[in-house]
Order: sequence, then C-alpha cells, then structure tokens
Amino acid sequence: MTIIDDIESRHAPTSDEGRVIYRHRIATRITHWTWAIALFFLLLSGLQIFNAHPELYIGKQSGFEFENSVLSMKAMQANDGTVSGYTTVFGRSFDTTGVFGMSGPADNPSYRGFPAWATLPSYQDLSTGRVIHFFFAWFFVAAFLIWFASSLISGHLKRDILPSMADIRALPQSIADHLRFRFHHDGRYNGLQKLAYAGVLLVIFPLIILTGLTMSPGMNAAWPWLLDIFGGRQTARTIHFLCMAALVAFFLIHIFMVLAAGPLNEMRSIITGWYRTDEKKNEEHSA
Amino acid sequence: MSRFIINRRKFLTIAGVAASAIPLSGCDALDGLLSSQSPVRNFLASANSLTYRAHRALIGADTLAPEFAASEIRQGQRPNGSTDPTDADYLALKDTAFAGYRLAVGGLVEKPVSFSLDELRNMPARTQITRHDCVEGWSCIAKWTGVPLSRVLDEAKVKPEARFVVFHCYDTMNLGLSGAVPYYESIDLIDARHPQTILAYGNNDKPLPVANGAPLRVRIERQLGYKMAKYIKGIELVSTLAPFGSGKGGFWEDLGYEWYGGI
Repeated sequence: MTIIDDIESRHAPTSDEGRVIYRHRIATRITHWTWAIALFFLLLSGLQIFNAHPELYIGKQSGFEFENSVLSMKAMQANDGTVSGYTTVFGRSFDTTGVFGMSGPADNPSYRGFPAWATLPSYQDLSTGRVIHFFFAWFFVAAFLIWFASSLISGHLKRDILPSMADIRALPQSIADHLRFRFHHDGRYNGLQKLAYAGVLLVIFPLIILTGLTMSPGMNAAWPWLLDIFGGRQTARTIHFLCMAALVAFFLIHIFMVLAAGPLNEMRSIITGWYRTDEKKNEEHSA
Repeated sequence: MSRFIINRRKFLTIAGVAASAIPLSGCDALDGLLSSQSPVRNFLASANSLTYRAHRALIGADTLAPEFAASEIRQGQRPNGSTDPTDADYLALKDTAFAGYRLAVGGLVEKPVSFSLDELRNMPARTQITRHDCVEGWSCIAKWTGVPLSRVLDEAKVKPEARFVVFHCYDTMNLGLSGAVPYYESIDLIDARHPQTILAYGNNDKPLPVANGAPLRVRIERQLGYKMAKYIKGIELVSTLAPFGSGKGGFWEDLGYEWYGGI
C-alpha cells in the first residue's frame, strides 16, 4: 500500500478501513530518528565510559578513603581462588557473573562492568567511547532544542504532550485499557502515552543533558549552579546513569507497544507521517 | 478473537525480526570502523574541536573553576598514571630531595630562564582547594599550592607567535611493543594564563608527594586530570604541536584522547 492510496482513502474511506490522518509532522519525525540513532550510540559508548570506572557515588567526589558508593560492578576473588563478578547496590552485593563485573568466555573471562556486547567498541577503549559519545551528544542536544522550540511554537507540546485535566481524569480507564491490550487508534495520545512522552521529553531528556554537562570541568566553571542543583559532580554522574536506565526501560516499553499496537501502521506514521485510525467515516470527528 | 490472533502472529513475526537484530548491537561489527586512525573515528573525533570552540565562546578566559571548603578535603589526593618514575635522571634528583632541580622555560620566549624549587617557592603563591576529575570518571577534592604559571611565563617573556605551552616530563611511559616515550602535555595560552593554573609544589599543606608528581606538577582546573602533567622537567612555548610525539599535543592525545579535556 502506498502513501497515495492512503491519501485517497482519507477522502473516501472504505467501510472496513479507518480514516488516514497526518499524525506526525516533519519536525517530529526527523527529531525522532535523530534521537533513535544518537541514543543507540550514546548508550553503547556511555557504557564503555562507565566501564573505565564502574562505580557510582553520591556527592561532590568519589570516596576512596570514605564510603559514598551507591553502585559498583567489580570482579572479586573468593578465598578458594575462584573469581566472580559482583554488582553492589547500596552495600548489598549480588553475584552477576557473566553479565556485570565479569563476562566473556569461561576460559578467558574479562573483568569489566558491562559486557562486550553492550559497549562500543566491544573491547575496553575509553578514548573511543568518549569520541563516539561526544559526537552524538551534539546531535542529541541539537535535536532536543529544535524539537522543543518547534513544539512550543506549533502547539504540539500543549496539544499532544502535556496531559490535560481530561487526560488525568481518564487515566484509570486508560490503564485498564492498556492492561486488557485494548488500544484506541484514534490518532491522538491517551493519558498514559502523554505522561510517558512528557516524562521522557520534558524530564529525562533535559536531566540527562544537564547532568552530562555537570560532569564537564569546563562547564563547572561556566555554570557552577549545575553542581548546586544536582548536589555535586559524582551525584550528577549517578543521575546521568539512572536517566540512561530509565530511557532503556522506556525504549523496551515503546518497542513493545509499537509491536502490540500494529507495527506497520505505527512505523508508517513515524516515517511518512500518515496514520490509519480505526474510526469509521460516520463517527469522524476532528483530530 | 480472530483479530487478536492476527495481531499476535504479526507481533511474533516482527518480534522475531527485531530479536534477530539485537546481536548487531554493540558487537564487534563496528570495531574496525572505530580502530585508531580509521577515517570514521577521526571524523567523529572532530567534534572535540566544536566542543573546544563552544567552551571558549561560552566560558570567560578568567572564569574560575569551583573551589571548595577545607572540610571538603576528606581523603588524600588519589594518584593515577605514573606514581613512581624510575628514570635515572629523576631518581638522582629524588635522592637529593630535588635540591638540584631546575625548571627550564624555553622555546618562543625572549629570555629563556630556569628556576630552582626555592626560587619558585619564593614567588607569589596561590593556594586553592579544587576537585580533580579523572577521565575515568572519578573525582577527588584536594588543596594545591604553587606559583601561577602566568607569573613564570612573564619572567621568560612569551613571544607573540607562541600559541601553546608544552610540558615536558621526567616520567617515561612504557607502551609495550612501541617502546617507551616520555610523558608530555600541552595547553593553549588561555588556560596557561588562567588565574588557577599553577605550577604546584604543595598538596594538602605538605610538599607535593612523588605519587602526585613531585617536585612540580601543573594544575589546570577547568580540564581533566590527564592534562595536568606531573614530574615537570621543562616548559616550552611553541607555535605548533606537530613536532612532539605523534603531534596530537600529549601522551594520551597520541593514544586517542581529546586534546581539549574540558569535557
């Protein structure tokens, strides 16, 4: 089915096919794919950077002679000589051999935070990780600024992203529908969707950008207030990591929802902008 | 019901396709493109020039890095990189508690000069409590005392054509098969003349320990730790970084790290 067919069918919907609407503007689609590509590389290079010092702290500095560690992934040797990978969260250690702290082939394991399949490059190379990270960070931030400005001007932000009072009131129904896998394809976002997108675009994205800047000693001179709002460079590094984890969780749910809601229609709409709703002509109302 | 089955079949098909793409992520497929000196890596690395220019435009030349209260010094300064050089000329100096040490300042200057440690200690000093950020990700707060680099540069009278300050160091880094190369670093004249850029001979109210770069190391508080050369032998004013090492401006830079370490 081509786009031309869709545009035609918008004017003359058949009885069993829904109306086709123009759902995603060009700014939304370009920034979506810029983020998708940039975040892929930012994630894998970020885990490479984390592996250079696989420990997170709360505060202004890293405690070597005092305790302020909140997470670490390290290989440790037991009394009998066997080595295992351990992930320690708030002082509690878990054996995570094979994934965190120690991974790779059993006869030739590597002692590293995240395993080779989760980092770019696959081998330990902090400098290349940084090169990749800071290249794609520019695109990520640029896309965010373009998206935010254009969404503010076009009203996309207020209309489609920020939940309205009606959305909040409809949340219980929205949650119940999602749990039953009953999705409405009317082309508009429901309350849960709005909350998810607002959370990612207006909370996580700015947070991950600002905590990233807070780790820069140059930016600390220019904008020392960044250190104040995040409670120090090492806390900022921890928040940056948590934002990453939140984005990975969002990505998994996002992909699951696309697959569950009809991947071809969803993919078409984020590539071409055109989306087929499940509304019939006689119940048509303005979107 | 039939609609659900179709959806589920579609779902499983797409899920299968998506799952088959997962091994692509982060695997070694891209390693070749990212190896040192590959054109792709060099292109990605050019973003550092953009970052450098953006920082120079955004951050005032004399804007200070944050300084901390004495109560924030909660541990010794964590040493990293070279911590105990074994080079013969360094060991000879160390044996005499650096009594015979002289800092040579040369290159593009009107008046090449050298200073003993006592002469440096008798110049106006600056003490600052700052946070040291390692490129690996950790941070450590410590007190540093030393002579502002700008003061030393003024003694030697920098020529107008000079663009960079190069720090030559005593510690030799072993690169395995590629042999051993001396540590060196370089900064632009903006950071060289920054008020917090000091040649430090004191750490946490004591003489600078060997592990932290005795007798003299530089503090460049708006950049990462690897920029702050330890065991400084001499300072050279230059117009280009090409003649040194592999021409990237520093030991770690020659191995692929960014020359501008403010990020």
